[in-house]
Amino acid sequence: MTAATMTLPSTAANGLARGRVEILQFLRDRTAVIFTLAFPAMLLLLFGTIFGDSYDDTGVSASQVYSASMIAYGILSTAFVTMGSGVALDREEGTLKRLHGTPITPTAYVMGKLILVLVLSVGEAAVLILVGVLVFDMPVPDAAHWLTFAWLFLLSTFACTACGIAVSSIVKHARTAGAILNVPVVALQFISGVFIHPITQLPSWLITVASFFPVKWMSQGFRYVFLPDSMKQYEAAGQWELGRTALVLGAWCVIGLVLCLVTFRWTERDR
Amino acid sequence: MDAIEVRGLRKTYQGQEAVRGIDLTVARGEVFALLGPNGAGKTTTVEILEGHRRRTGGTVTVLGDDPGTAGRTWRARIGVVLQNADDAADLTVTEMVKHIAGLYADPRPVAEVIDLAGLTEKSRSKIRALSGGQRRRVDVALGIVGRPELLFLDEPTTGFDPAARRQFWDLIRALAVEGTTILLTTHYLEEAEALADRLAVLVGGQIVAEGTPATLGGRASAGAKVSWRSDGVNRSETLPDPSDLIRRLVKEDADLSTLTITRPTLEDIYLNLIGANR
Repeated sequence: MTAATMTLPSTAANGLARGRVEILQFLRDRTAVIFTLAFPAMLLLLFGTIFGDSYDDTGVSASQVYSASMIAYGILSTAFVTMGSGVALDREEGTLKRLHGTPITPTAYVMGKLILVLVLSVGEAAVLILVGVLVFDMPVPDAAHWLTFAWLFLLSTFACTACGIAVSSIVKHARTAGAILNVPVVALQFISGVFIHPITQLPSWLITVASFFPVKWMSQGFRYVFLPDSMKQYEAAGQWELGRTALVLGAWCVIGLVLCLVTFRWTERDR
Repeated sequence: MDAIEVRGLRKTYQGQEAVRGIDLTVARGEVFALLGPNGAGKTTTVEILEGHRRRTGGTVTVLGDDPGTAGRTWRARIGVVLQNADDAADLTVTEMVKHIAGLYADPRPVAEVIDLAGLTEKSRSKIRALSGGQRRRVDVALGIVGRPELLFLDEPTTGFDPAARRQFWDLIRALAVEGTTILLTTHYLEEAEALADRLAVLVGGQIVAEGTPATLGGRASAGAKVSWRSDGVNRSETLPDPSDLIRRLVKEDADLSTLTITRPTLEDIYLNLIGANR
């Protein structure tokens, strides 16, 4: 077969194959499965139990608010932290070098990671919603709200994955990746209305800072999906701001993708 | 056109010259071995040829393309056997070979590759559970599954037991018979001698000798050392052609039970070359 007549498998086919292998490998690591899925649920149970009071006249309990907001944390931790350390590990173990010796495209590799993250995030969101509904009586939303959930979920996952992959290029070792990546994650949880809500308790400049990052908009969006409309009075703008949420998350998808393309490299930089 | 053409290749890491002006030509269908001590620049050179590293200077053509800019159709035509990969530990041998096979247009059948690599009995084992030598055989399987025209092997038999090494040599010979061009680096002189049509010795980033296993470093003309014992004394002479000396010894009725004729092994030549160039 000559180079001219060679028809290589499409990037989409390779990407699906990567996704399958990524999921297979993840599922075989029982510890990772349990910790990834159970940790946000455990935090939710803790926060929900400790802060049991209600938001004044709305009849909504703090535990229900946590149930909604924690979905943002779940996506952030799987998409951003799992990806950032996962790519660093792929670089360290030789997966990237292996693939670079084959005709696979970088896009197919990233597609595989994205498929893994989507599957994990769906699982994680399902666990959190289940805990919220079963333990804390969070109401199940109607169809229109589920539609919002769908685009919010996809934009959030994509933005966080792209940023995670981009950040992996500055993480030197997989061993320390978790610790490094958790710094922005934990900081953003606190200023974005995930751990501390109403967000209006924060100094206004801090809210402004949080507004530049996706997490504030993610948690606000999930609160819109799962909480009654009256809860919007506790948001920074007193509104759900769905349009602005879509805009900010869309922008982060683009920023993440560009960073990803600029920083991704198959091999370690020459020393 | 040759499979590999390298002219004046240089590579500098932070001011340190790892490769200092290498010229190399490997013909299509040839098995070429790159020998040299640790840190001589073998891996750097191979990684530049594979497109894994950027060069600092010189020109490199591999299968008609510059590895620094070549695309995925070029990658489909080369095979790379990694030196110390640790990936896919949770997949089975069959799963991983099947996965990599799926990235190529016309891969070898998965079962055939596993058999060629001598892993049939381990095909359902997780890669994590394999021994070091078996792990390397997976690397070999993954390197050849795409039917490469040119195969790179960087110290492929490190950690193999002698039987596994012989089996691996048979595999390389079979690939060579099919017309695959092979570039391998190795520490094992007997391996280079068993496999290579031609070889080069790399020391301190430069090629200090190049030839066939029989002629490298003046081996063919190095002469034979004849040793024997006579009147209770060990004697030896080194000659280009020992015929006359042997005839004389026979005539003199010397004790031929002590006679040995040795020529320098490839290892002697090699140690001499790297010793002289250090």
